[in-house]
Amino acid sequence: MLEVDGMNVWFGAGATHVDAVQGASFFVGRGESFGLVGESGSGKSTILRAITGLAPGWSGRVEVDGKPVYRDRRDRAFHKRVQMVFQDPYASLHPRHSVDRVLSETLRLHGMDAIDRRVPQLLEDVGLGPKFRFRYPHQLSGGQRQRVAIARALAGEPELLLLDEPTSALDVSVQAEILNLLADLRGERGLTYVMVSHDLAVVGHLCQRLAVMQSGRIVEMLDVEQLRRGRAEHPYSRALIAASVSGGRTARAAE
Amino acid sequence: MSLLDVENLRVSFDTSQGVVEAVRGISFSLGQERLGIVGESGSGKSMTGRAILRLVRPPGRVEADRIALEGQDLQSLGERQMRKVRGRRISMVMQDPKFSLNPVMTVGEQIMEAYLLHARDSRRAARRKALEMLEAVAIRDPERVMKAYPHEVSGGMGQRIMIAMMLIPDPRILIADEPTSALDVSVQRKVLSIMDGLVRDRGMGLIFISHDLNLVSEFCDRVLIMYAGRIVETCDAARLHEARHPYTRGLLNSLPRLDAPRARLEVLARDPAWAEGG
Repeated sequence: MLEVDGMNVWFGAGATHVDAVQGASFFVGRGESFGLVGESGSGKSTILRAITGLAPGWSGRVEVDGKPVYRDRRDRAFHKRVQMVFQDPYASLHPRHSVDRVLSETLRLHGMDAIDRRVPQLLEDVGLGPKFRFRYPHQLSGGQRQRVAIARALAGEPELLLLDEPTSALDVSVQAEILNLLADLRGERGLTYVMVSHDLAVVGHLCQRLAVMQSGRIVEMLDVEQLRRGRAEHPYSRALIAASVSGGRTARAAE
Repeated sequence: MSLLDVENLRVSFDTSQGVVEAVRGISFSLGQERLGIVGESGSGKSMTGRAILRLVRPPGRVEADRIALEGQDLQSLGERQMRKVRGRRISMVMQDPKFSLNPVMTVGEQIMEAYLLHARDSRRAARRKALEMLEAVAIRDPERVMKAYPHEVSGGMGQRIMIAMMLIPDPRILIADEPTSALDVSVQRKVLSIMDGLVRDRGMGLIFISHDLNLVSEFCDRVLIMYAGRIVETCDAARLHEARHPYTRGLLNSLPRLDAPRARLEVLARDPAWAEGG
């Protein structure tokens, strides 16, 4: 579904040139969920942004469903097939557009018909009732906003969703709801996910394989079984795993 | 004697849609211990911390039967006297160093200011204290960091600078409101263990406000769990995972865990009775 080969991403030029991603390569099969983990500044979100065209300075080869993605032009078919969900639902929805406007505009851009019927359907798909249709973002909670953002991403009936820390701005109980929703949608629609997160437990819950990134490079690829058993080889992955299971360990000791 | 006693604390806001009660009559006391306050957004945990220091701005109103610091009633103090309490006797570290540090003042000047505001001492002595303090929070090159501006340091370093600044007047109580939520996991542990060590060495009381149950259970002695402005449960931090209240249990079960994978995460079914009881 997605193939990234030798991707470099940089920002700035001359004295301000920064290499954000260096030589990243990975492959995600159809229906698979793949995680990118690492700390702030490791380049994990930048990879998603380069794929969707939000970080224009990149080189390397990217293919979606066997078709190459070019650096400076993406056609309508690409955006129909690939959509992104951002970290902060407070920033990713236009504050003065109602939910109805956000969704119907997106549907129109994707060239969909029967918009009046599709909007309530989209809302239902993400677990929001019809009463949310004419609300504005400030009238919604963080979890409801993230559901609207997911509905917007689903509007063009994409095959590949790029999820950039989709739950890190949310409370844990709301995080659980959104993670369940993402798992349901994947099951119903056979979606492929690439999820960026700093939370290994979240990635371990949703993804089958993951790449650990440090300072712009992929340092290790793991499958979820290796992750759970702590069978990482790179010292950095080991440190990340150690930092995120210590909480679980106290839980187990207490049980 | 306990360091801090809070009885029946209430924080309310008058809005156009009526009165919103953020904190609804909570009582607790703090000794020389690390007390965690956990809850979700809107549970009133941050407001509790702010109300103690009288940092709730109008239209917010703070009422309490008693807020006593080492036996002294804080509510009877005027604003001038309250200013002597803040920083000197109770200080507070907030979530994001980007917003808490003065961007146009060097780190050194800010830390020295925090010290000189409360101590009659020379600038030379203040400088020496500031350097010591930066060393105490494990900053490798304190001379260089003293001259740096906040935008020139990383988030983890910024938060350690905040801790240094808050501890330099040697307060009795430190209120830390999500002190590490803006930081990466590896840096998080480091900052917490530094804070923990300093609090312990000085025999201070710590109020650690966080949404992160695991972090609180590791770093505190006792935990208050807040829901809708009330304390629904108090327990030993080490035994947080044996908590009984359905809200606490629900929060614990909604966390994905690497060591116990599940196909679906448990979703918290909120019972209106939780907001009433407690």
